[in-house]
Amino acid sequence: MHELSIVLSILAEIGDESEARALHGIEVVHLKVGVFSGVDRAALRFAWELACQDTPLEHAQLDIETVPLTIHCAVCREDRQPPSLYQLCCPVCGAPSATIVTGRELEVVSLEVAA
Amino acid sequence: MSTRIVEVRAKVMKQNDLLARSLRQRFEAAGVCVVGLVSSPGSGKTALLEKLLSNLAHDLRVAALVGDLATENDAARLKRASPNVRQITTGTICHLDAQMIENALEGWQLDDLDLLFIENVGNLVCPSSYDLGEALRFVLLSATEGEDKPLKYPTIFNSSDVAIITKMDMAEPADFDVAAARRNIESVRPGMRIFEVSSKTGQGMQPLFQHLRDQLAHSRESRLAVQTDETP
Repeated sequence: MHELSIVLSILAEIGDESEARALHGIEVVHLKVGVFSGVDRAALRFAWELACQDTPLEHAQLDIETVPLTIHCAVCREDRQPPSLYQLCCPVCGAPSATIVTGRELEVVSLEVAA
Repeated sequence: MSTRIVEVRAKVMKQNDLLARSLRQRFEAAGVCVVGLVSSPGSGKTALLEKLLSNLAHDLRVAALVGDLATENDAARLKRASPNVRQITTGTICHLDAQMIENALEGWQLDDLDLLFIENVGNLVCPSSYDLGEALRFVLLSATEGEDKPLKYPTIFNSSDVAIITKMDMAEPADFDVAAARRNIESVRPGMRIFEVSSKTGQGMQPLFQHLRDQLAHSRESRLAVQTDETP
């Protein structure tokens, strides 16, 4: 479990942004987490609550957008979702593909702050 | 109460990725080929590294950084094969990160090295998120672990460049289905190069030594090409 390390990186990023833009009262933190990022959502939420206790972010919500795994099929010339995380092939023609288009994301997308 | 949205669009791993990129540039500039080793605990990373170091040290300048939660046992063991070995003890951290690599390199002259191995903490989950600046990542799967490991941990297998099936001397007693293991690796990382070795018997080690020599030659060639391009 490395989600606590990940949360600490997220908090550092939020801290930098808050300072740079003088933000107060962050209510929601929007994240993008790819299913192939190696980060578990439930563990991330658990680590988030733990790390935010007794901080200004204690009541901030964590909104996680899950990004599916998409590969590029060179045969169909299309980006498609493989049948599963452990079958990296085109669901239409069956051609294997190691070209990942989406699914590795791990980003702080935006913050919702009191207006 | 109304809210407003502030766009951030920042990669969470930004700090690690930036440091890893600068490490990769340092390694390339020094002409050292850096290879990361990842696997679950007990897959034989240290045993393999012992063989790699002692064979390649005949004609190449080799070094290794070895990560563990605790103890300096691995470094002590590997120092018999090469003097250039340093232990990174991570405490409770389940992976190495780029900062730990930078710290561990302090005082080493990278120009004096050909190959540097980085043995990660035994873990098939967390290391996949951390770029260490390595040129190549080798993932190990031992014959005693079962052939479906790649399907259970697709992220780390997919983020690696080469798969090495270790403890092949145990394949038969453990009823390990090599063909199934190869199919599963191919399923999570189509086209991946696979080696089958036994550090104990030496089986299959020669092609792996050759692969590393080829990779080093290849990285030196691309470095020369870059330098030639830059010459006015």
